[in-house]
Amino acid sequence: MSSSIIELSHVDAGYPGAVILHDVTFDVRRGEIFILLGGSGCGKSTIMKHMIGLNPVLAGTLRVAGEEWSRGTRASLCRKIGVMYQSGALFGSMTCLENVMLPLEEFSRLRRPERRDRAMSLLEDVELADAAQKLPSEISGGMRKRVAIARAMALDPEIVFLDEPSAGLDPITSSSLDDLILKLRSAKGMTFVVVTHELPSIFKIADRAAMFDKARGSMIALGDPRALRASSTDPFVRRFFNRGEANG
Amino acid sequence: MKILSAVGRRVCEMVSSAHDDLAFVGETAVCALSLAIRPRDFRLRDCALAFERASFDALPVTTGIGFLLGLILAFQSAAALKMFGVEVYVSDLLAIGLFRELGPLVTAIVLAGRTGSAFAAEIGTMKVDEELDALTTMGLPPVRFLVLPRVVAAVLAMPVLTIFAELAGLVGGALVLQMMDVPTVVFWRHVASVSTVFSISFGLAKGALFGGLVGLIGCGAGMKTKSTADGVGVAATSAVVGGIVAIAVSDGLLAYLCYLWDL
Repeated sequence: MSSSIIELSHVDAGYPGAVILHDVTFDVRRGEIFILLGGSGCGKSTIMKHMIGLNPVLAGTLRVAGEEWSRGTRASLCRKIGVMYQSGALFGSMTCLENVMLPLEEFSRLRRPERRDRAMSLLEDVELADAAQKLPSEISGGMRKRVAIARAMALDPEIVFLDEPSAGLDPITSSSLDDLILKLRSAKGMTFVVVTHELPSIFKIADRAAMFDKARGSMIALGDPRALRASSTDPFVRRFFNRGEANG
Repeated sequence: MKILSAVGRRVCEMVSSAHDDLAFVGETAVCALSLAIRPRDFRLRDCALAFERASFDALPVTTGIGFLLGLILAFQSAAALKMFGVEVYVSDLLAIGLFRELGPLVTAIVLAGRTGSAFAAEIGTMKVDEELDALTTMGLPPVRFLVLPRVVAAVLAMPVLTIFAELAGLVGGALVLQMMDVPTVVFWRHVASVSTVFSISFGLAKGALFGGLVGLIGCGAGMKTKSTADGVGVAATSAVVGGIVAIAVSDGLLAYLCYLWDL
């Protein structure tokens, strides 16, 4: 079995009529925590949208778990991925428990009590069993993201995508979310693809990262972010890792 | 040149929008067919909730408007018929007008304003909050999950609301005629004599059709919501305007077909 679970080869990313990133090539290895990073508007969320099948790539090939997104592969690929959106994207009319049970209701053959037990166990994994009967509007932003992670993992996907998990969270909550990602990776062995530009998170959880630059419209660095910070000669990479200081 | 460019851009937008609308209707139809084959996939609980909101919650406003409509129609027509001493025929006019035309029409306009806009706002907000993307990446088509339960609810709600609006309209008319010394029993006898099973069921079927249009247009507007500050507001407005236009156009077509087929 290939060690790469996601492969992008010469991909042009963007929307019809608006290419944001040109000729992007990298792979994500099975079981790693891979970060898509870069400044605001550089196209990292756009790349993620291609990876999760929301938008087709404009050129090149993108393979997820060995398959390209198409009408024929969509159903099977959707079972292999779980996504946590920036806002959490929980369904407001459902309780946290019902949100986590939803994928199980639709796609598992578990009976209702078993589905409930499984959903409760996932909420326990994200330390939110107490909030099971609450509506998303009754819990904090950080808690919503944890519930969204539990929902993303409901069907034991091979890859979990997290879009800006730290956005809008205080440093303590953000750090505890990083701990949760590390705990889940070691417990379940899933691959995580995380879109973020939060440096503390990146250095805490990342195995490897791909960095994008809006001005050049391309990927400008790939590798262990600690090594990139230490040895990259690219001025943008150096500025990014030194929080905007040109000679930091 | 600027004007030409603006006109060209607008035409392209309209063609693209029409293409999207057609694709949405097609997707909904395909989804409805697949649910007919696998009915257990239908989100019955969501449909029941949408039905409750579209029907029972709308009963006071629909009944109130129906009552006032009957009252006003009776006053207006009685003024003319009184000159010939035949104000008793106000009841005939009301029964025919309400059952075949005005009952479903006015109820559908209320549904468009109340429920169509609510559908657009609900789905639009979900789109802005990335909930539609979440459904898509979970492998759950938003049309099956969000649109069909609401459209079915609107189709089922319309006949219920129409009956109440029509009855309230007749009660309003009966009150006016009572003020003009026409006995209530005479009023209801006239209503019964001109009301046929066909005219009542035709009105209810028309109402169900209007309900489907309002539901479809409301949900479609929600699905097309843009992630801008006024996106949800624009979607709700376009749901109401689109719904009312669709009701008027389809009502006109039905009237023409009834005339052609002598119904």
